[in-house]
Amino acid sequence: MLKPFQLHEPTTVEEAISVLGKFGDDASVYAGGTELLLAMKEGLLSYDHLVNIKAIPGLDVVDYDESTGVLTVGATATHRALEYSPLVGEKFSLISDVEHRVANVRVRNVGTLGGNLCFAEPHSDPGVFLLLYDAEVELVGSGGARKQSVEDFILGPYETTREPDELLTTIEVPRLPEGSRHAYIKFGYHERPSLGLGLVARVDNGTLADIRIAVGSVGPKPVRVRNAEERLRGASLADLFGNTQSSALLDEAGRMMAEAAEPVTDLHGSAEYKEHLLRVFLEEALEEATRG
Amino acid sequence: MSEDHRLQISFVVNGRPVDTEIEPHLLLLDLLRDKLALKGAKRSCDMQVCGACTVLVDGNPVSSCTYLAFEARGTDVTTIEGLADGEKLHPLMEAFIDNAGLQCGFCTPGMILAAKSLLDLNPRPSVEEVKEYMRGNLCRCTGYKKILESIEDAAQRMQG
Repeated sequence: MLKPFQLHEPTTVEEAISVLGKFGDDASVYAGGTELLLAMKEGLLSYDHLVNIKAIPGLDVVDYDESTGVLTVGATATHRALEYSPLVGEKFSLISDVEHRVANVRVRNVGTLGGNLCFAEPHSDPGVFLLLYDAEVELVGSGGARKQSVEDFILGPYETTREPDELLTTIEVPRLPEGSRHAYIKFGYHERPSLGLGLVARVDNGTLADIRIAVGSVGPKPVRVRNAEERLRGASLADLFGNTQSSALLDEAGRMMAEAAEPVTDLHGSAEYKEHLLRVFLEEALEEATRG
Repeated sequence: MSEDHRLQISFVVNGRPVDTEIEPHLLLLDLLRDKLALKGAKRSCDMQVCGACTVLVDGNPVSSCTYLAFEARGTDVTTIEGLADGEKLHPLMEAFIDNAGLQCGFCTPGMILAAKSLLDLNPRPSVEEVKEYMRGNLCRCTGYKKILESIEDAAQRMQG
């Protein structure tokens, strides 16, 4: 059962911040509510004040700036808006590909990307693609605005750097380098993903010219695995698949991924099991992203 | 909390205008079932996983068990009770009956409404597209095959 709360519906960011500042820990930002309301119904979270930010005009923007190559996603843009945006589909196909597989149609229809990030539930897809894009969030608080990479923004399970009186206003997503291809492997038997492995690769002349790897859901937070990227960058495709050396190389990269992702044992499986999955799916994702 | 935080909301349910005063924490499912006596949407998992509470808000499916009622203000809400045109059943309803797309019937309102939103969006979905879209609606009688056949049949009927 939901406990009664007072609803606030500010129409400007400034007003929202002032309400959040006034009530502090007794208030929560409310956007899609898909995660917040579940936790409140279970009594895991309780707030006397909910601040509905969907009445703030323009906060649901999904806009692309051709000159900078940056996609701006407003805090209240829904998963569905990203899933069906022709612009996103054309220029940010990794986003539409992953968003299409988030939860189910009802959650995507209501849930927001901004809310997903701020809630920082570890078993979640969007963090992975945002890390692959080197995305940044903008937060506005009483002290002004600040930008931070998504990588630094998410601290751990249900924890971000957002202060109680700060509002995440936009997520900025730069385009991937020309010629990049992606793979996103989502695995699990529960409603939430047990593992999300994202990979962006650019192949040049039979060589892995560039690669980005991110892993989510297996550990406390989504992570980029830069040492594994470094290890694989420059490898020829022939070196990556189908022989003893390639197997050793992928084993090594897989271990780096496991180290970075810090798999935890939970209802989705043991840490060892998840480490094994990382290695298996690394190869699958590499094949998908490099072999068309 | 004091009780003076009630909201006056107006919206349309199954073509009928509704004006009502609610508390902000009222869930849409409870408004529909307890205040408007529309019992088609069911509370089941209560966590947006099963789809038994599915209703359409402006044509798009939501889990009414985890959707605040005030969010429906100004919208057009469709429940299973609003799908038939008087005595004439919706083609999805007919197709579910003719193809035995239900056993106990508990998930059926949600199934049919989710399927309606799919066919409105994509009138000729492939089997894979139907499976993908309907993934979030669970049937504990495990009648998925018949359900998929019903939706495919309905898609054909709706093409005319």
